[in-house]
Amino acid sequence: MTGTTSAAPTGGSPVHRLGAGPKLVALCLCSLALLGVHGPLGAGVAVVGVVALHALARLGPRVLWAHVRPLRWVVVCLLAVQWWLLGPVEAVVLSTRLVALVALAGLVTATTATQDVLDTLEHALRPGRRWGVDPERVALVLALTLRSVPVLADLAARVRDAQRARGREADVRAFAVPLVVGSLRRADALGEALRARGLDD
Amino acid sequence: MTDTVAGTTTRTTTTADAARIATFAALLAVLGLPGSIALFGNAVPITLQTLGVMLAGAILGARRGALAVLTLLALVAAGLPLLAGGRGGLGVFVGPSAGYLVGFVAGAFVVGWLVERQRRVTFLGVLAAALAGGVGVVYAVGIPVQAALTGVPLPETAMLSLAFLPGDVLKALACAAVTAAVARAYPSALRRPGQEG
Repeated sequence: MTGTTSAAPTGGSPVHRLGAGPKLVALCLCSLALLGVHGPLGAGVAVVGVVALHALARLGPRVLWAHVRPLRWVVVCLLAVQWWLLGPVEAVVLSTRLVALVALAGLVTATTATQDVLDTLEHALRPGRRWGVDPERVALVLALTLRSVPVLADLAARVRDAQRARGREADVRAFAVPLVVGSLRRADALGEALRARGLDD
Repeated sequence: MTDTVAGTTTRTTTTADAARIATFAALLAVLGLPGSIALFGNAVPITLQTLGVMLAGAILGARRGALAVLTLLALVAAGLPLLAGGRGGLGVFVGPSAGYLVGFVAGAFVVGWLVERQRRVTFLGVLAAALAGGVGVVYAVGIPVQAALTGVPLPETAMLSLAFLPGDVLKALACAAVTAAVARAYPSALRRPGQEG
């Protein structure tokens, strides 16, 4: 795919080389299959499969841990609730299934460049043209969003400073109202600028 | 493409819409950054991303609000850590809170749909819309999906989710107050040039 400008994950493994489209489809199918796992054997196979795929992608245990790390407290709570409601075997199987699912999704994200996923999305939207979906407009919105994040982060920081100066740090309204109004002003100026450059109908 | 002319006449998202959708998607990302608000002197570290979802619907309207949330989710799916707490990547779409992410899109749409049907922007009107869409719809999608993914029965999952209810009700209140104030401070905010009627 052309135009992969974002920091592509480096690594020449077969998993990295596989296109974003096939990987996303495979992830969907594997996720559905994993949701059908209800026994210890299936859960064991899932864990072995996920570890093997990480090995194939030449991603170490540290990367694997990073994929499931956000779940660590959730899993502890979940395991307790499931143990209490469903018994120990079921609890371990269900929690393992969830961790395997998240690890697998993390693997796809770690081995696929951001731009490749966005390109695939745009490509997948092409048949939607006949229902009024415009892939180029979608691409424009995605690009404008990426450009706007630092601008709005800067605006949020300035609003927060002003709020602090007035001693109203705990007031959600004193933060959100100027931020939303500032964002809308910027959005409408941006819309004007786009039209001036002939990007409108 | 040969049908560009036909395509442009049926185009429903103008550049003004595109700019607002993109800006609100970015605003949602910024509201997910930690430290965007300090409640009770930093004792409760919360982010305002779910407030952003309600505001997207209330201020941009049903269609554009839902598209703003969808835009954020597309960038998250592509691997960018833009969700509250720096989460991102495909993992969040198979994790326990996956249903809530889908619920955000539907929730923003319903909040917008309800606010669009109100003749004037009032605190109580927006509050009702935010509670119905931003809390009711989000939970209605999020809880069953969470139950399916974790295997915990639905009633117990619903009970566990109640822990987030007070915070979300506070955010609905904030959404109503902010929307009413924005409507006064920036009167064209809720005017919807891209829509008829």
